[in-house]
Amino acid sequence: MALPQAKQDATEARLDALSLPEGGWSAPARNEALARLRAMGLPGARDEYWKYTRPDTFNSVEVPEAALFEAEETPVFGERGALRIVFVDGVFDAEASDELSLEGVSIDRLADAPDIHWARDIYGVLEARGQSPVQRPLAALNTAFATDGVLIHVTGTPSRPIQLVYHHRDTRSDAILHHVVKVDAGAKATILETGPAAARFNKCMEVEIADAGTLHHIRAQGRDHERRAATHVFARLGRESVFKTFTLTVNGVLTRNECVIELTGDDAVAHVAGACMGDGDFHHDDTVFITHDAVNCESRQVFKKVLRNGAKGVFQGKILVQPGAQQTDGYQISQSLLLDDDSEFLAKPELEIYADDVACSHGSTSGAIDEDSLFYLRARGIPRGPAEDLMTIAFIAEAVQEVEDEDLQEEIVARVAAWLERRRG
Amino acid sequence: MLEIKNLHVKLEEEDKAILKGVDLTVEAGKVHAIMGPNGSGKSTLSYVLSGRDGYEVTDGSAELLGEDLLELEPEERAAAGLFLAFQYPIEIPGVGNMTFLRTAVNAQRKARGQEEMSSADFLKEIRAKAKELKIDADMLKRPVNVGFSGGEKKRNEILQMAMLAPKMCILDETDSGLDVDAMKLVADGVNALRDEGRGFLVITHYQRLLDHIKPDVVHIMSEGRIIKTGGPELALEVENEGYAHLKAEEA
Repeated sequence: MALPQAKQDATEARLDALSLPEGGWSAPARNEALARLRAMGLPGARDEYWKYTRPDTFNSVEVPEAALFEAEETPVFGERGALRIVFVDGVFDAEASDELSLEGVSIDRLADAPDIHWARDIYGVLEARGQSPVQRPLAALNTAFATDGVLIHVTGTPSRPIQLVYHHRDTRSDAILHHVVKVDAGAKATILETGPAAARFNKCMEVEIADAGTLHHIRAQGRDHERRAATHVFARLGRESVFKTFTLTVNGVLTRNECVIELTGDDAVAHVAGACMGDGDFHHDDTVFITHDAVNCESRQVFKKVLRNGAKGVFQGKILVQPGAQQTDGYQISQSLLLDDDSEFLAKPELEIYADDVACSHGSTSGAIDEDSLFYLRARGIPRGPAEDLMTIAFIAEAVQEVEDEDLQEEIVARVAAWLERRRG
Repeated sequence: MLEIKNLHVKLEEEDKAILKGVDLTVEAGKVHAIMGPNGSGKSTLSYVLSGRDGYEVTDGSAELLGEDLLELEPEERAAAGLFLAFQYPIEIPGVGNMTFLRTAVNAQRKARGQEEMSSADFLKEIRAKAKELKIDADMLKRPVNVGFSGGEKKRNEILQMAMLAPKMCILDETDSGLDVDAMKLVADGVNALRDEGRGFLVITHYQRLLDHIKPDVVHIMSEGRIIKTGGPELALEVENEGYAHLKAEEA
């Protein structure tokens, strides 16, 4: 079907402003992605999965300006002893980065990877699989035009996490990064991602986990108020593998986080969780699609949004259980805590099940802080402000507890507590 | 300690008077009990004193050590030394019992201009007090009251009371839902806190709690007023003859 003219014009205008990087081994994948993008066009407000989030500023040639924000706090997850890989406005910063060498893992940069690379079997492949049944044009754009990224091959159990640190220094920067993570059978790693990255950030991460492999992915999206980010995670999980991803989002004028997971081996486990704190001009969208295509797999989606002063939250979460994916255990919860009458939460939970021996549950709620609980805390001497903070932290606890490392949990809670305290002034 | 004069209270939402002129003075070192049938206004009195929303004081006053309670926020009343043991303690998922109590203890200390309690001191104290109330370490770690049995919730209230060391304790039907053993444990906890400088107001339906927490003074409340005041023997009279008898006597 031909694209509507307006959509085609918008797509071509954007493409005119971009140029395909020199590809090497990734050139065929980039060309295919470009063809995919041309066929589907950039997202439009009439597209089913873009009804609640306006795509224009992700599509535009011009990058909306995003003021720099100097946080007073030390960078999040700074004390984890991680191997740090630093990008400034999407450009690799060798000076600030650690040596890309760590036992149990091999790390290359997309921009200077050797001619023949293992990542060729994954780059753009998982993204392409994730285009059906729901199109994700910004991810295709990413595969075609990504200027850099890291290719992480986990072969053992590295002793330290790998941390991707993103800095935003240019008010008009437009960064496109594409990472590929391959976890070998029985291997295990933790990847951290932190920072605001750019005025506009388009990021894609493809994750392939072999049998009994484990990947923990924990990210804190930067606190910059005016930054925009569209991110995709595409993951394919083998037998008995585990993938847990958690995202903390505090501030940011526009965030769209998509997560597309395929459980292709029996007994695999996928957990996707997120907590976000929005105040004022804040729009946060979690769009998740989990496909069960094997027996006895478990998936959990746990999303909590705290919204105030007109902030807006969106959740679109789907569990698809394919024929034969028996003993599927699927769980999905999306909740918002609305701290005033101006804020808004839109949720679209979807279940599509083609197997008969399946347990899938889903729930979605929106509400204010419970007054009875608040009174109980105040009657014990805790003033209203700190009591509300305690309740708010309690609200996001179920999502934060999806992070296995308790030190990281504590740091996340501490960040949220500090954010709440600043809001109270 | 606690001085209530001619207290009139109505529900905020509807034009319904609940308390119709309560006069009550609890002296330091004394235990007063309030008994009365359902709907007599006993629990309303405890909520109004602790500052819960939804009630409007239309007349009268309530002072704690000379301070006008009704002007204060709930947390300020707590810091001033008022404690309400809830009839139905609230479950708060996600907030650890220990975190909650330490936050409360330190918030009160801060409000009174005292230094915060160190983690080590707090831990030492809470462990000792929890042990006396047979509250195990697991209960301290769990979210506030979540998954607690009726008896555990009430013991947790008494633990909070012990840690916060208030001047004036109000116990709202602390015996409800307790078996004999649990009631004794709770009563022992309360008795351990009886002190020259502390007042108690024990609200209950039944005389049995008062076998364990011996009151100095017993009040009978009916239809929003205290209709009779006497010694411990008054509780026995209620037990034997019921409230209807006293109401008839008043009429």
